[in-house]
Amino acid sequence: MTFIKHPKDFWAGVLYITFGATAIAIALNYPAGTAGRMGPGYFPRALGAILVALGLLLSLRALRLEGARIAFASPKPLLVVIGSVVVFGIAAPPLGLVIATVLLVVVSSAASDEFRWKEAIISSLILAAFTVAAFAYGLQLQLPIWPWFAR
Amino acid sequence: MELIDNLLIGFQVAITLQNLLYAFLGVLLGTLIGVLPGIGPVPTIAMLLPVTYALPPVSALIMLAGIYYGAQYGGSTTAILVNLPGESSSVVTCIDGYQMARKGQAGKALAISAIGSFIAGTFATILIAAFAPPLAEVALKFGPAEYFSLMVLGLIAAVVLASGSLVKAIGMIVLGLLMGIVGTDVNSGLQRYSLGIPELSDGIGFVTVAMGLFGFAEIIVNLEQKEKREVFTKNVSSLWLKWKDFKEAFPAIVRGTGIGSALGILPGGGAMLSAFASYTVEKKLAKDSSLFGKGAIQGVAGPESANNAGAQTSFIPLLTLGIPPNAVMALMVGAMTIHSIQPGPQVMTSNPKLFWGLIVSMWIGNLMLVVLNLPLIGIWVKLLQVPYRLLYPAILLFCCIGVYSIQNSVFDVFLTAIFGVLGWLFVKLECEPAPLLLGFILGPMMEENLRRAMLLSRGDPTVFVTRPISAVMLAMAVGLLLIIVAPSIRKTREEAFQEA
Repeated sequence: MTFIKHPKDFWAGVLYITFGATAIAIALNYPAGTAGRMGPGYFPRALGAILVALGLLLSLRALRLEGARIAFASPKPLLVVIGSVVVFGIAAPPLGLVIATVLLVVVSSAASDEFRWKEAIISSLILAAFTVAAFAYGLQLQLPIWPWFAR
Repeated sequence: MELIDNLLIGFQVAITLQNLLYAFLGVLLGTLIGVLPGIGPVPTIAMLLPVTYALPPVSALIMLAGIYYGAQYGGSTTAILVNLPGESSSVVTCIDGYQMARKGQAGKALAISAIGSFIAGTFATILIAAFAPPLAEVALKFGPAEYFSLMVLGLIAAVVLASGSLVKAIGMIVLGLLMGIVGTDVNSGLQRYSLGIPELSDGIGFVTVAMGLFGFAEIIVNLEQKEKREVFTKNVSSLWLKWKDFKEAFPAIVRGTGIGSALGILPGGGAMLSAFASYTVEKKLAKDSSLFGKGAIQGVAGPESANNAGAQTSFIPLLTLGIPPNAVMALMVGAMTIHSIQPGPQVMTSNPKLFWGLIVSMWIGNLMLVVLNLPLIGIWVKLLQVPYRLLYPAILLFCCIGVYSIQNSVFDVFLTAIFGVLGWLFVKLECEPAPLLLGFILGPMMEENLRRAMLLSRGDPTVFVTRPISAVMLAMAVGLLLIIVAPSIRKTREEAFQEA
């Protein structure tokens, strides 16, 4: 796509248009009221319209202005870091704080190029001990420490 | 001498054992995260907000404020020793501070930045104490129209003074305002944008947004770039500053303090812009500007004083108008709301102990930082040697636990993950996340004031230009936009940001 000369601005514009248009579409279900008596739909529709306008401005301008390309590196850090957080969220309630912590730390450590199994496991155990002491006992975190079968 | 009376009230609050302890904890933690590159004050404060539920409001705010200005001190240590900005406002310190360290003057650079920061912090604290009451007095007379225009001005000023594309930044504000709407509408009770998810009926938590956009996204981006660190630890031991060095740096400290204090009050300006501005000024004023970039002591003293003064005075709009000028202050609004304190001009009269206690504790915190940091420098240096691969999983873990503990729900953890992806996307597209957070915090307030103003005027939108204060503020906002579009000023703005 060579006609896009400023990819960062162009895709930011597309993002704004998407968010703005979605916001308007959903807000159409809310009563707008009048300017003197604004309903819950008034402000969101106005904001959505402004966002779409700004997005259009950005995207159209990007066909003319030159700009650097978007620097995509390896997708690994994104996938692994976000994945580890999701794993923590899924694991924490049934499996408890200790296992969830170990999972989070070991999985997220794998995002680094200098990943070492032994180091990651040791650091995860130290952090698990710390979280139990500081958060579960110290700050009364409402999360079970051990898995459901060992409670 | 009302000022003295007020400061005495403040001292009575700030010098209790408990509050001294929390101020100490705050500055210590702030220095810690300031030293560590890859985690800034925004995710840290977001992480600790849930912890402060149980504290009395004064102690909570004292600790959170301590994190903010502690981070300014810590950031300079990393900038000088590793040539990495531990905190974004110390980018400029890298230039000459690191060169001083390479010449074996690390101790000198660290000492002058601590002393400069302390002088700046002291001056800025007095400034807050002197100017907050009259400003709040004016703000008390504001009606909904004035408030709406003030928020427009604040948001516009925040993006005009920041770096990067103006259109993009305004888009981020609008996106933030939209996200702030999610949840139950206070007037009609209608659920907006909650997609039928019960967890969203109270809105998106700002900790979730801040942690995802700032915390998670930063970790991912750091992991994508492979960086090399070279730590200068050898000559740190000699922290003694010669009188000659101090005399050389003192004018720069004074100028930096002035620049920082002025810019800090402006929305969006705050610490980072002050540092850039001060560096440019010092370079222009220097007899021999070729020394800059090669270890000029003024190039460290000026920006370091400026960023600390700016960090301090950015509390003024928050405490007097209830309008946060930057992302950290937006979190402070959140912290106040948690303790059911509505930030704004009424805080000073309804809650004088909180107000003056916080201000005095800032000065005490600055004093602690000078006294503690220089002797503790060895510990910070050791900490810098902890590799990032061990650090970020721990940061991630504390973020997850922090987010979970707000409502004891894993839904927030997943939501933070989504904001993490969004934050990563924003970095890729060079969209600044800070304006989004400001918009997010101000969204509900802005809608409420717009509705009220329009109701009072019976739907006549000219109310915003016929009321004088409101008209002046809108004119200033338009003026700022015009200034930035003017080519000559745009050019200098870009130059100022490219100095580094």
